Amino acid sequence: MLESAFKGSKGYWVWLLALLAVIGVGFGFYLRQLTFGLGITGMSRDVSWGFYIAQFTFLVGVAASAVMLVIPYYLHDYKKFGRITVLGEFLAVSSVIMCLLFIIADLGQPMRLFNVLIHPTPSSMLFWDMVVLNGYLFLNIVIGWNVLDAERNSVPPPQWVKPLIYISIPWAISIHTVTAFLYCGLPGRGFWLTAILAPRFLASAFAAGPAFLIILAFIVRGFAKYDAGRDQIQTMAKIVTYGAIANVFFFLCEVFVAIYSQIPEHTAHLQYLFFGLHGHGVLVPWMWTSIFLMLAAITLLVIPAARQNEVVLGIACIAIFVGIWIDKGLGMISGGFIPNPLHHVREYVPTIPEIAITIAVYATGFLILTILYKVVVGVKQEVGE
Amino acid sequence: MDDTRRSFLKFAGISALGLGGISTLTSLMPGPATATKGASAPLYKDTNKALTAKRWGMVIDTRKLTPSLCEKMIDACHKAHNVPNHDNERHTIKWLWEDDFEHVFPMKHDEYLADRLDNLPILALCNQCNNPPCVQVCPTKATFQREDGIVMMDFHRCIGCRFCMAACPYGSRSFNFRDPRPAIEKENPDFPTRMKGVVEKCNFCAERLAEGKMPACVEVSEGALVFGDLEDPSSEIRKVLRENYAIRRKQNLGTNPSVYYII
Ligand code: SF4
Ligand code: SF4
Repeated sequence: MLESAFKGSKGYWVWLLALLAVIGVGFGFYLRQLTFGLGITGMSRDVSWGFYIAQFTFLVGVAASAVMLVIPYYLHDYKKFGRITVLGEFLAVSSVIMCLLFIIADLGQPMRLFNVLIHPTPSSMLFWDMVVLNGYLFLNIVIGWNVLDAERNSVPPPQWVKPLIYISIPWAISIHTVTAFLYCGLPGRGFWLTAILAPRFLASAFAAGPAFLIILAFIVRGFAKYDAGRDQIQTMAKIVTYGAIANVFFFLCEVFVAIYSQIPEHTAHLQYLFFGLHGHGVLVPWMWTSIFLMLAAITLLVIPAARQNEVVLGIACIAIFVGIWIDKGLGMISGGFIPNPLHHVREYVPTIPEIAITIAVYATGFLILTILYKVVVGVKQEVGE
Repeated sequence: MDDTRRSFLKFAGISALGLGGISTLTSLMPGPATATKGASAPLYKDTNKALTAKRWGMVIDTRKLTPSLCEKMIDACHKAHNVPNHDNERHTIKWLWEDDFEHVFPMKHDEYLADRLDNLPILALCNQCNNPPCVQVCPTKATFQREDGIVMMDFHRCIGCRFCMAACPYGSRSFNFRDPRPAIEKENPDFPTRMKGVVEKCNFCAERLAEGKMPACVEVSEGALVFGDLEDPSSEIRKVLRENYAIRRKQNLGTNPSVYYII
């Protein structure tokens, strides 16, 4: 099947080369990080996790959201999703690979990575995160590949794939739950210490992931002449709408608890993010932009006529994706560290090398995604779908 | 729940210690020729002088703290442990430091605080928590708890994930964002320097206790710090705690700090 990845138009090769160039630049900066240390980033003693871990958190959500295609197709027998389920699974594959790369980029001693396996520590949520992420990666590669291969040969997928598909459903939920548990089990970090963190992570994931898939479906339709189908896209649009509304609702629940109880350990972080604290507030405009984007997108999505217009839908999906990216990729992690446990406000701003490395990891993800999607489209066109 | 967690952690600590101990032993093991000398040959350094305790603890008498005394103690600690002095504030490493009362005790910041406390520098350091969240989250057991309560770091095992820094509710941990060696004024050959990419923090001078010496800060504290066994009712530290009202940092979080402050 892989052969179709090696046959492509000029545009396909230019795109791959452009991605490789971006990866090359980022890798150069990573070599610098390896020799100098993480000091080339904006992180500090007070904000000890930054951009890398935030992107990791966001992308775990994108990966988990594949389940929103798997459930309707396999559990509710919604046949129409057959055209796109594998797109969701391969999006999950490339997202998980990006997650793992972000973790490695964030380690101070990446050469010792395998100490996590040599000295397994079940009391550490990071240990479990590693287990569930790698398991999920494995599941999606095996499932996606076998289902696609079967489709190409016009036979049903092998029997043993079915149980794996069923396992992948709770497994998808688990990756984002365990990721939330990294944060919400820590004493003394009031911003994260909330039982709703995992549900909120999942809700935002089920909005951002399918929104991204809709955008991808439009791109694939434009460039590869493979149509995911109008009904399919509209069904995903409804999933995005529910996810986005649930996300905003959970967020408001958090805001209420913090603001009404007025416990400083909980309010201080929200205050920092949305209004600034002691004269510091680099994230304030970002956070309000995020709120605006999410509310505007929800308004568009709940109006059927607007949602059914694919231009409006595309804009709404971009708004959702960017809004949630700001929330999780910028605010969620630094917001938890500011103010610090001693109630000092020390801000965090990513540096250029840090951003270059981050973009390179994304480029790696897109490279893998492009190749996988090329294979999918090749197969689909072969069987004449 | 609390008990199981604690005993699990103890187990984790002991096994980590056990492994550490074995590797130390093997590396110090004499070659086959000397081994024939018999069991009486010492396999490791004589530690008879070592100070031991069931649970080490510290009392900081804030009434005796002055800015110059604090500086002296911090200096003693940082010199003894090769703590670097970086120019860039983001790369700061500190084991023992001073801060305002309202920051060391953010939950006890009162509107009308005694003048004395308002102007006083208070010392902050790792609390050597008896129920340490940093140990719980470490994915490699590079942070572990010893039998005597000291929460230690294995610099050679740490992968630099900084989970422990997120977990510590007291900001006690520092990360080597760059190579610390060029920023060490005068290297103390008796204590290892660290490499970039690992976490570090106060270790209650475990290396000095092993040689029968009090922690470096305590030695120069002019009586402002009392160090001893919290589980020994006849120890001086317990006597001090019986006679004075002392508080601990964020003790409502259940971490059970071993550092007390007399206010
Ligand atoms: S003060 Fe922080 S670093 Fe020290 S034992 Fe407690 S949790 Fe761990
Ligand atoms: S940074 Fe090192 S000591 Fe801290 S949790 Fe990670 S591996 Fe453990």
